[in-house]
Amino acid sequence: MMKRKALDLWVGVFVAIGLGALLFLALKVGNLASFSAAETYLVKANFDNIGGLKKRAPVKSAGVVVGRVEDIVFDTEAYEATVAFSIDKRYEFPRDTSAKILTSGLLGEQYVGLTAGGDAAKLKSGDKLKITQSAVVLENLISQFLFNKAADGNKDNK
Amino acid sequence: MCLRAAAPSTETRGGFSLVECALRVSRRCRSVPTKPATDNLVEAENVNFAYDSRQILKGINLSIRRGQVVAIMGLSGCGKTTLLRLIGGALRPTRGEVRVGGKAVAKLNHEELFALRRRMGMLFQFGALFTDMSCYDNVAFQMREHTDLPEELIDDLVLMKLQAVGLRGAHHLMPSELSGGMARRVALARTTALDPMLIMYDEPFAGLDPVSMGVIGQLIRRLNDSLGATSIIVTHDVAEALQLVDYVYFMSDGVIIARGTPEELRVSDKPFAHQFVYGETDGPMPFHYPADDYARDLCAGDA
Amino acid sequence: MSAVIGFLEQLGSRATGSIHRLGFASRFLLLTLRNSGMCFRRFSLVVREIYFAGVLSLIIILVSGLFVGMVLGLQGYDTLVRYGSSSALGVLVALSLVRELGPVVAGLLFASRAGSAITAEIGLMKATEQLAAMEMMAVDPIARVIAPRFWAGVISMPLLAAMFSAMGVFGGYLVGVRLIGVDEGSFWSQMQAAVDFHEDILNGVIKSVVFGVAVTWIAVFEGYDAPPTAEGVSGATTRTVVTSSLAILALDFMLTAFMFRGD
Repeated sequence: MMKRKALDLWVGVFVAIGLGALLFLALKVGNLASFSAAETYLVKANFDNIGGLKKRAPVKSAGVVVGRVEDIVFDTEAYEATVAFSIDKRYEFPRDTSAKILTSGLLGEQYVGLTAGGDAAKLKSGDKLKITQSAVVLENLISQFLFNKAADGNKDNK
Repeated sequence: MCLRAAAPSTETRGGFSLVECALRVSRRCRSVPTKPATDNLVEAENVNFAYDSRQILKGINLSIRRGQVVAIMGLSGCGKTTLLRLIGGALRPTRGEVRVGGKAVAKLNHEELFALRRRMGMLFQFGALFTDMSCYDNVAFQMREHTDLPEELIDDLVLMKLQAVGLRGAHHLMPSELSGGMARRVALARTTALDPMLIMYDEPFAGLDPVSMGVIGQLIRRLNDSLGATSIIVTHDVAEALQLVDYVYFMSDGVIIARGTPEELRVSDKPFAHQFVYGETDGPMPFHYPADDYARDLCAGDA
Repeated sequence: MSAVIGFLEQLGSRATGSIHRLGFASRFLLLTLRNSGMCFRRFSLVVREIYFAGVLSLIIILVSGLFVGMVLGLQGYDTLVRYGSSSALGVLVALSLVRELGPVVAGLLFASRAGSAITAEIGLMKATEQLAAMEMMAVDPIARVIAPRFWAGVISMPLLAAMFSAMGVFGGYLVGVRLIGVDEGSFWSQMQAAVDFHEDILNGVIKSVVFGVAVTWIAVFEGYDAPPTAEGVSGATTRTVVTSSLAILALDFMLTAFMFRGD
């Protein structure tokens, strides 16, 4: 019977290590701790250009992760991208909140940034954000920069 | 229940009286025996069996009386073990019927067959002990699987069973630590763990030294008589078997060719029985496997 | 002409043979599942087999996981540093382990460590008539011997894969952060930002459960189906390792295509 006890103990240790490893993966390696399966509400926004935004990308406000991108589809009527993202119920935003697509670092991954407005009414599930700003596409940025430079040059010459 | 009156169990060297006490306790796990319709526990009627197209048994008829120890003898490969498997319900006859306790084994459903098997024991050729369990757990296996007996009672029963085969002191050993004879005895204790009404032995003497052989032979006889069981021994060890059995069937090539008590067979003038009993190399059972003409076979390569 | 016909005949007989065997194996799996009641009523039977399948595989899994993680750390750094993104080392190590290497390598190790042992044990039990003896004792060997081993494998495999991945991430951390000097903060935070619980970790766990079912199913079937001879058992053991390794890789491809397609 002693042998049986030792066996149970070993199996117990084994299962504990296994579950511990899973927990480690979920909390330390994965993002379960930062954004759990808490209740969320779904908000949509149209963008002219989403750049390299992907599903499951973070939604941040003031640098804090408040939600995740759930779905990206092409709106065939407006010829724009419709991005749906879920926001944690804990965080409420005014209805006139604006969304833009930002990049973490120069070449990092893209995320949605929310900037709160001043409306008293709060966003509800299914609402659509009116004010959006598309992703900065590097090529556009560079051409814009060169164009401005040229325009400035013309001004100086005058 | 036919308990042999003149059983040698009156000598109490191995603690058989204790075993009998234990029987009363563990009997609750057995169904109440119905009144036997006949005196025969096992009956085979025109049993045929074939693996694919290979005919193994060709019309076997036999009947085994309650309380008897019966030997089925024959050369290796004559279908003896197949016959045991048919009785145990592991195989179904292609034709004919095997009845145990009046019921046709092949017609039982899964539950009924398992209920019947709880009252049967089978000793396999090399014991077939569970190698991952100690002797103790091997003997306790069926008690734990089939009864709700408390562990203390199982402990007593197991030690009694092991005492009966003289291996109580070896209860903690693993099967790999036992000699062939000891393993066979532990297997015997395991086979009789639930006091079966029918015990089958598949080559119980194979590969044993003469002393162990004698021990096993004696145990078979004594356990049968003290348990009031019926035993079937399948063997080719004539000398050993003839000493302990009540009745003998001789099989050859799928048919029964001789039957009788050991005394009858010893004096039998049937050539087959004579050859078998006295172990002659040639006779009705040829030494050679059927073949083409020897000389022609040898010359075939030269052509 | 006759050679072609002979070849086709042979091909046909092999095809029907393997389909026949697959059907037999499927029926065996169904039978195992149907007779699993006992091992949940008497869970100690499964616990015992978890010891042999899981606990005894612990060392090889942990050590291999550590080394695979360390190698990933070295190689990953070597590649990433060329693009100036060595801070993404954590992402690389974690994603490759959690999504692929954890379940697959742990599955392959499990197949050769535990799967072969299960096959050999069941095959030998069959060869020494232990299974037949059990059946004659009115105990169903599928319920008493096969089902506990099957469930023990199915339970052990995801735990082992999780341990492998966790150990690998730790190995990557050791090499990347401690040895090479990647910034610890960005190692972990980038990893956490990129590894998604549902998308990556849960899918990895699902993979390992599927591999666990496949490997133990193959192992118990090969053991139960092994010819009761020495060559029979050794052949079955080899087949277990080969078949389950191939099954893991093929299933991995299918699951990956199914899970990580899109975005």
